[in-house]
Amino acid sequence: MSTIPALTALQRITVVFRREFRSYFQTPLAAVFLVIFLFLAGLFTFNIGGFYERNQSDLRPFFQFHPWLYVFLVPAVSMRLWAEERRTGTIELIMTLPFGVADLVIGKFLAACAFTTVALCLTFPMWITVSWLGNPDHGTIFVAYLASALLAGAFLAVGAFLSALTKNQVIAFVLCAVACFVLLLAGFPAVLDFIRGWAPRGAVEGLASTSALTHYESMMRGVIDLRDVLYFALVMIAFLVLNVFAIDWKKSD
Amino acid sequence: MASHTDRKAPRIEAVKLEKRFGHIHAVRGIDLEVPAGQVLGFLGPNGAGKSTTMRMITGFLEPSGGRVKLEGIDIAEDPIAAKRTFGYLPEGAPAYPDMTVEEFLSFIAAARGFRGADAKARVERAIGRVNLQGVRKQAFETLSKGYKRRTGLAQALLHDPGILILDEPTDGLDPNQKFEVRELIKELGGDRAIVLSTHILEEVEAVCTRAVVINKGGIVFDGTPAEMESRAPRDVTKNRMDAAFRAMTTGDVVGDSDANTASRTKGARR
Repeated sequence: MSTIPALTALQRITVVFRREFRSYFQTPLAAVFLVIFLFLAGLFTFNIGGFYERNQSDLRPFFQFHPWLYVFLVPAVSMRLWAEERRTGTIELIMTLPFGVADLVIGKFLAACAFTTVALCLTFPMWITVSWLGNPDHGTIFVAYLASALLAGAFLAVGAFLSALTKNQVIAFVLCAVACFVLLLAGFPAVLDFIRGWAPRGAVEGLASTSALTHYESMMRGVIDLRDVLYFALVMIAFLVLNVFAIDWKKSD
Repeated sequence: MASHTDRKAPRIEAVKLEKRFGHIHAVRGIDLEVPAGQVLGFLGPNGAGKSTTMRMITGFLEPSGGRVKLEGIDIAEDPIAAKRTFGYLPEGAPAYPDMTVEEFLSFIAAARGFRGADAKARVERAIGRVNLQGVRKQAFETLSKGYKRRTGLAQALLHDPGILILDEPTDGLDPNQKFEVRELIKELGGDRAIVLSTHILEEVEAVCTRAVVINKGGIVFDGTPAEMESRAPRDVTKNRMDAAFRAMTTGDVVGDSDANTASRTKGARR
């Protein structure tokens, strides 16, 4: 019998991350997701967003639809994270390997983030197009990309948590889509206008500040406000912590 | 770790293990000490608490009461260190369906902290030990039940642990594969502590040095397979292990006619 090497937390997370990230590409999920994401992003930008008609060299029509794309595309990525492990029984295997629950939660979450970031990076022809046609503010575009990645990350953290609550991927998908929609809705102009009529101003702003949409749109304009970044970071951390508890609570069901 | 060198110290030490699921009292105070060199057959009817006990020993489930030490490490205090000490084959031998056998074992090697050539050598050795050479490039979900079980065994053996915990390792194997796995377990048993659960009582006679029978969450017998056989009613001449098992777990008084029924059902099962 040999001595068994001990891994640091970072090494353990890396092992989990690599397996999880590869698993996206071992099924048709990656191809289907990437094709649909890129197709819809293009469709929204050019046909609905009026990219050419606006005659402005920026990517606003591209970025403004990301939240709505993510509402149903992010749950497709996150739904399998834990539900699948529980359905196949592999959860018992990974939880008896020398990993901590936090290693598994973080590794899986980062793999899902890396996957959506790959999808996002593949939209680079948009950036090239707008640079070729005009003179966009590259700083604004970069910050908007960052905002989009953060928004996807926040939704993924929500989705990973909800996936840990069920064995059924369809339930995980629906719960996540609804949760992400609610997170956006609180900042939707129609909702804010509706309550503005009777609620005090502080309450309206309070509600708006809980919404991912408000923070996303403020970053989309190209300004890195610490409050916006902090908001996304807090949503991610809060749901990852909940995820750890959810696994301890539901793993044996 | 002092317990590594001390051959007398128990590799597995479970004290007063309890598990409740809501109002169901699944495991009621199980004490178990397994030293190196012992192959313990863990027996009991379905639902007696075998898998639950194994899940508590491996840290998958937290006990409602009691504690578990593996090679002297308390699993509640340092779960990651404790989980390095054993190899575990969970019930049903789960693995990722889309991974090939080789990819899956490479993942296990990485999880166990092996890298590069060392990891490769360990995967090769594990594949060789349970004869998986023919299916190494095949996705797990396409494998037969026997190969799935063997992949699970390879995974548990990969880091050459001092403790092996195997939940029904021969379930779903054909007689030849069962024979091979039993030979492997006997070979491994020399300097390891092995706990295996099974429904096949002749397996206990063939490979185990100790038999523990649990019923309704508590231990009803703990001794050698020969002692277990001697618990069968005196008038039973055939399949005495089965008769002893029935006597311990159902409380039936097993006469000759009953033993014949038992042997008939056993024949039908095989």
